[in-house]
Amino acid sequence: MADILIYCEHHEGAFRKASLETVRKGADIAGELGGAAVAVVIGAGVAGLAAKTGEYGAAKAIAVESDTLKDFTVSGHGQAMAEVAKKIQPAAIFMPATSQGRDLSAALGALLEAGCAGDCTEVSVQDGKLTVKRPVYAGKTYVTVQFNSAPAIVSLRPNVFPTGEPEAGKTAQVENMDVAVTPRETVKEVVATGGGKKELTEADAVVSGGRGMKNPENYKILEELAGLLDAAVGASRAAVDAGWRPHSDQVGQTGKTVSPKLYIACGISGAIQHLAGMRTSKCIVAINKDKEAPIFQLADYGIVGDLFEVVPSLTEELKKVL
Amino acid sequence: MNIVVCMKRVPDTEAKLKIDASGTNIEPSGFDYVPNPYDEYAVEEAVSLKEKVGDSEVIVLTIGPKESVTQMRKFLSMRADRGVLLVADTAAMDSWATAKMLADALKTIEHDIIFFGKQAVDNDNASVGVQVAQMLGLPVVSRIVKFEHTDGKAVCEREIEGARVTVEVSLPAVFTAEKGLNEPRYPKLPDIMKAKKKPIEEREADVPESKVTVLKMEYPPARPPGRIVGEGVEAVPELVKLLKNEAKVI
Ligand SMILES: Cc1cc2nc3c(=O)[nH]c(=O)nc-3n(C[C@H](O)[C@H](O)[C@H](O)COP(=O)(O)OP(=O)(O)OC[C@H]3O[C@@H](n4cnc5c(N)ncnc54)[C@H](O)[C@@H]3O)c2cc1C
Ligand SMILES: Nc1ncnc2c1ncn2[C@@H]1O[C@H](COP(=O)(O)O)[C@@H](O)[C@H]1O
Repeated sequence: MADILIYCEHHEGAFRKASLETVRKGADIAGELGGAAVAVVIGAGVAGLAAKTGEYGAAKAIAVESDTLKDFTVSGHGQAMAEVAKKIQPAAIFMPATSQGRDLSAALGALLEAGCAGDCTEVSVQDGKLTVKRPVYAGKTYVTVQFNSAPAIVSLRPNVFPTGEPEAGKTAQVENMDVAVTPRETVKEVVATGGGKKELTEADAVVSGGRGMKNPENYKILEELAGLLDAAVGASRAAVDAGWRPHSDQVGQTGKTVSPKLYIACGISGAIQHLAGMRTSKCIVAINKDKEAPIFQLADYGIVGDLFEVVPSLTEELKKVL
Repeated sequence: MNIVVCMKRVPDTEAKLKIDASGTNIEPSGFDYVPNPYDEYAVEEAVSLKEKVGDSEVIVLTIGPKESVTQMRKFLSMRADRGVLLVADTAAMDSWATAKMLADALKTIEHDIIFFGKQAVDNDNASVGVQVAQMLGLPVVSRIVKFEHTDGKAVCEREIEGARVTVEVSLPAVFTAEKGLNEPRYPKLPDIMKAKKKPIEEREADVPESKVTVLKMEYPPARPPGRIVGEGVEAVPELVKLLKNEAKVI
């Protein structure tokens, strides 16, 4: 009853970084509750992968192997996780707050008649009770939440919780579990859009461009800077709505939420809806020609100037030290 | 076809919010309310589907205080046909309780398609659509950026981290709308006039207990005051030094 089940999302034979962050945090919290961290890996041929969760603190891993569960569907994975939860009776179920994780947590909330807290940025045990903190109103306020039902269903914001160093060679004890599921959705096609690009929500650094970029071609200078920093490239809504960048690159209230170590905003004014998506970044740099731009109020470091001069110069300067 | 759009009113995204005396919620006034931005994509898809297939009704379903009729009227002026308002104070309601009430209401409203927004930008749960689908035993495709309807089926595209996924479901089904699905229309004056006369049925809501309790609400931790390193390219070497030695992020 004090165990924590941890859903581990994986792609192309590897865990998402956010899954490993979740295993580590889940293991810490399970320890505090006096239970064990039990990882769950769902898909076709995943037992080997499941064992690896031991490196991040999972005591045990459940592999749910089935061709039906090869692709993620809300009802298929929802039913599978709900079955596992009924057998294990955990105190809580953790998952990364990726698009998959958030759908899954919602489904589990309904299937297990349990409370969900999504996109949490803090998780702790207070007076023996699981307690989480999460941003609401796009980060204008935070709420601290406890659960009136079990299991507590919690998704963790990617890039907020450290994975820690993997304990090489430490494996989780793998148990295979069969579950009967009948997905109501059919996945017809999956087209990779990453193309070697860094995923925005996972990147340690993000370089974003706004309306100040003036046209789509100019993003080349951001891509060059990003390449050097191993960063993902993001955009403001103004740039996306102008058709310069795809919707999936948008950072903000109606786009993605990112928490990189370093966020560099170029030609972005700093509208409240943009800040909603990046204000939990550890270090924020702003490059803007208008010294009154609101982004400078949030930025740790600002340079007032023409981004078309400053960005290439920054790239050159970084080449010297990286 | 019967198409339902679930809409919630939320504070305008520009709103400055204050925490109330209870310390667990925001002061509910002092700013404008708007329809949740993602729900605008939902209603646009519903109405344009109706315009394509004909012989359909678009119903706006809301749980909220009586004042929510203002935001419901906006959707009626975007050519939805009628509204159903479950009158309740949504302030302390969690996603499970909200979904339960919507699912119960939907048992009395015919539906082939139910559109939700991906997420309500007040509590940012991103859960209710998926939960309603589970409660009604319906297929769900979340975060759709493309929707196509052909005899009894829908094929949708969704964008997840690093991939674009095509999903097919049989109707009835639930969909949650992501930005990029469409461009919501601006209501035209004659439609605004017509919307005033469209029916909105009010029902008393039976509010279930929430599954989570908010212990406290607080403002985000203040960030350390930022500084302007300098102007133009001359400031670049100093910035790099700071990133390396002070912030230690490179
Ligand atoms: C419901 C709703 C949701 C929204 N969601 C989002 C969201 O998710 N994400 C988001 O970003 N926005 C969102 N917005 C839009 C937001 O309000 C702003 O309109 C938008 O963020 C502005 O983008 P921008 O900063 O690129 O453009 P602008 O505000 O036009 O700023 C451009 C900046 O570039 C600077 N600049 C211009 N040329 C140069 C140069 N050569 N060198 C240096 N600087 C230069 C200018 O000084 C200016 O500060 C939303 C709005 C609403 C109403
Ligand atoms: N009170 C409500 N009334 C009607 N629909 C709602 C309500 N709350 C949430 N929804 C719908 O559920 C979606 C997701 O909300 P949430 O899970 O709260 O982020 C919203 O975009 C709406 O479509």
